[in-house]
Amino acid sequence: MTHSTSVARPARAAARRSSAGHLQAWLPRLVLAPSVAVSLFFVYGFMLWTFILSLTNSRMLPSYDLVGFAQYARLMTNDRWWVASTNLVVFGALFVGICLVVGALLAILLDQRIRQEGALRTLYLYPMALSFIVTGVVWKWLLNPGLGIQAMVRSWGFEGFTFDWLVNPDMAVYTLVIAAVWQASGFVMALFLAGLRGIDDSIIKAAQLDGASLPRIYWRVVLPCLRPVVFSAVMILSHIAIKSFDLVVALTGGGPGYASDLPATFMYAHAFTRAQIGLGSASAMLMLGGVLAILIPYLYSELRSRQHG
Amino acid sequence: MHAFTHPPLLRRTLLGLAVATALGASQAPAGEVEVLHWWTSGGEARAANVLKELMEAEGHGWQDFAVAGGGGETAMTVLKSRAMSGNPPSAAQIKGPEIQEWGELGLLGNLDDVAEQGGWNALLPETVADVMRHDGQYVAVPVNVHRVNWLWANPAVLEAAGVEMPTSLDELFAAGEAIREAGYVPLAHGGQAWQDATVFESVLLATGGVDFYRQALVELDPEALGGDEMVEALTTFKRLRELMDDDMSGRDWNIATSMVIEGDAAMQLMGDWAKGEFTAAGLTAGEDYLCAAAPGTGEAFTYNIDSLAMFRVTDEAEHEAQQTLARLVLEPTFQEAFNLAKGSIPARPDLDMGAFDQCAQQSLADFQRTAEAGGLVPSMAHGMAVRADVQGAIFDVVTNYFNARDMEAEEAARRMVNTAQAAL
Repeated sequence: MTHSTSVARPARAAARRSSAGHLQAWLPRLVLAPSVAVSLFFVYGFMLWTFILSLTNSRMLPSYDLVGFAQYARLMTNDRWWVASTNLVVFGALFVGICLVVGALLAILLDQRIRQEGALRTLYLYPMALSFIVTGVVWKWLLNPGLGIQAMVRSWGFEGFTFDWLVNPDMAVYTLVIAAVWQASGFVMALFLAGLRGIDDSIIKAAQLDGASLPRIYWRVVLPCLRPVVFSAVMILSHIAIKSFDLVVALTGGGPGYASDLPATFMYAHAFTRAQIGLGSASAMLMLGGVLAILIPYLYSELRSRQHG
Repeated sequence: MHAFTHPPLLRRTLLGLAVATALGASQAPAGEVEVLHWWTSGGEARAANVLKELMEAEGHGWQDFAVAGGGGETAMTVLKSRAMSGNPPSAAQIKGPEIQEWGELGLLGNLDDVAEQGGWNALLPETVADVMRHDGQYVAVPVNVHRVNWLWANPAVLEAAGVEMPTSLDELFAAGEAIREAGYVPLAHGGQAWQDATVFESVLLATGGVDFYRQALVELDPEALGGDEMVEALTTFKRLRELMDDDMSGRDWNIATSMVIEGDAAMQLMGDWAKGEFTAAGLTAGEDYLCAAAPGTGEAFTYNIDSLAMFRVTDEAEHEAQQTLARLVLEPTFQEAFNLAKGSIPARPDLDMGAFDQCAQQSLADFQRTAEAGGLVPSMAHGMAVRADVQGAIFDVVTNYFNARDMEAEEAARRMVNTAQAAL
């Protein structure tokens, strides 16, 4: 190295320039490489591994005796799996829908230049700071017929009042919706509020000049402007819904019976406590399939329309 | 691996080696055992500590690997990941048919030498010894014997309702009515799958008897699982709901026990670990709380045996320590200290039971009597009878039937047959 540099000084300068240029070009890739490698391995590698396991008869520990799609066939005949899947559809749809509506309403109301907006905003946002375990336990007490809301209303003299969703197998899944909406709608409100503040006042002024009423302005002008916010909110909420596990464990424990089981709790129970890694992996793959089936079309339509717009 | 994470151990091992070499290797080198367990509640942790002290008195190290979480689900998950990475602990709290599963994987070590020296074959009841052996070799050592089919009661509540401790299911339902009228909850229960199954197996034992219990819940005979006796057991089981309160869904077992302690509820069907709660509340067996075999199961004993299985190790010192651990576990000092704290009875029936309370003494007497008369059966609800996947499938059917508002017992029995067959 020292020999060559003493001979050709200009060449060295050029080399340094170009190596600096190379470094410049490669630096971002170098910096990103570890995280890309890690996510390739830990996310996509393990997805692949789970898929392979779902094709085996693995029980307590992973084995590699391939049995084709037998685990999926077993899953299809499993009553508890169907309960869990149906629950996810009910829970997911209601949770995302109600959160969007409540969040948007709260944001619009807060946006009316009221006093103490900062304090109110913080209040609404606070539930998001709790973990789902805490939310679950609190709502478990509130919804317990012998301790919570039902007992309180009865003690006021309304003896006939019943609110026993938590212990009613047909209604237990809705208690999950209540607790999850309470937790997440404040967050959706914050998203919408940020969106509302980003809307150009002159558009609204123009609409007012045209004589549009306030509800009409919101419905026809403001909300359509918030479409990207809705997009983000749906993405975040639906992945919270699909991975919901801690809330079920803390609030209902999957019960009564397994009436409020969700696929995530089903997967955990089978893969980790019931020594059925094969079946658990198959259910995990179906969960992934469910997520993709919802997300891909939505992502596609949203991103494409934004490109055109 | 251990040497790097634990420098003192390395030093100690090296020192041990040096001493051993100096003495011409006349002394066994001091080793260390890593024990995975979930004895984490106050009394249990103290009991486990006794074992640690005994090990240390013998010159071996004890590395505690306690993973909290009732029922050991978390501990099992940790154990599996450790075993998969090729680094299992020296010993782990594994019980029942799971010992066989680990044995089939070829991961367990051999304890035959200790067993021979300690005369385990003569010491342990055959039923217990069977569980501890894989392929004819001892691979695990029993720590205690829990009885699952117990009925616990608050005598003050029984008296207020004017009833006696029920000994049959008919008496239980009759007493339940009287207790309800007196304004108490007759039967405290927690609506969790394993608790439902615990009650169910006691009811099935009462209505169907020992032979039927074995056919249905141990051998998984489809005729027994789908037959009339099963329908009867399920129907009676569901009738018990009448005796429970409406808020039981998701309640933990110890909360249910405290309902009995507080005098809100009269009775609870639960294994003898419930005694720990009564003891912690400062109550005395036979006076402040009563125990009896679950109604109708006086001639049977559903057992739940905790055991420590030993993993195969290559390190000579660790192997030595492991063998010592196995020997110490069955020695009277530990058996007595541990079982007094845990509420169970010793795994060896030859101990003096003077220090134990009335319930434990009755438990041991029943254990010996039923072992001879053939009434000793493994508990399905506590993983002693069938593999974890079959057990889970039965749990699903039982808990779903118990909680569903419109499910026929025949339908539940049919599902029981299906799940058992699908799992086989």
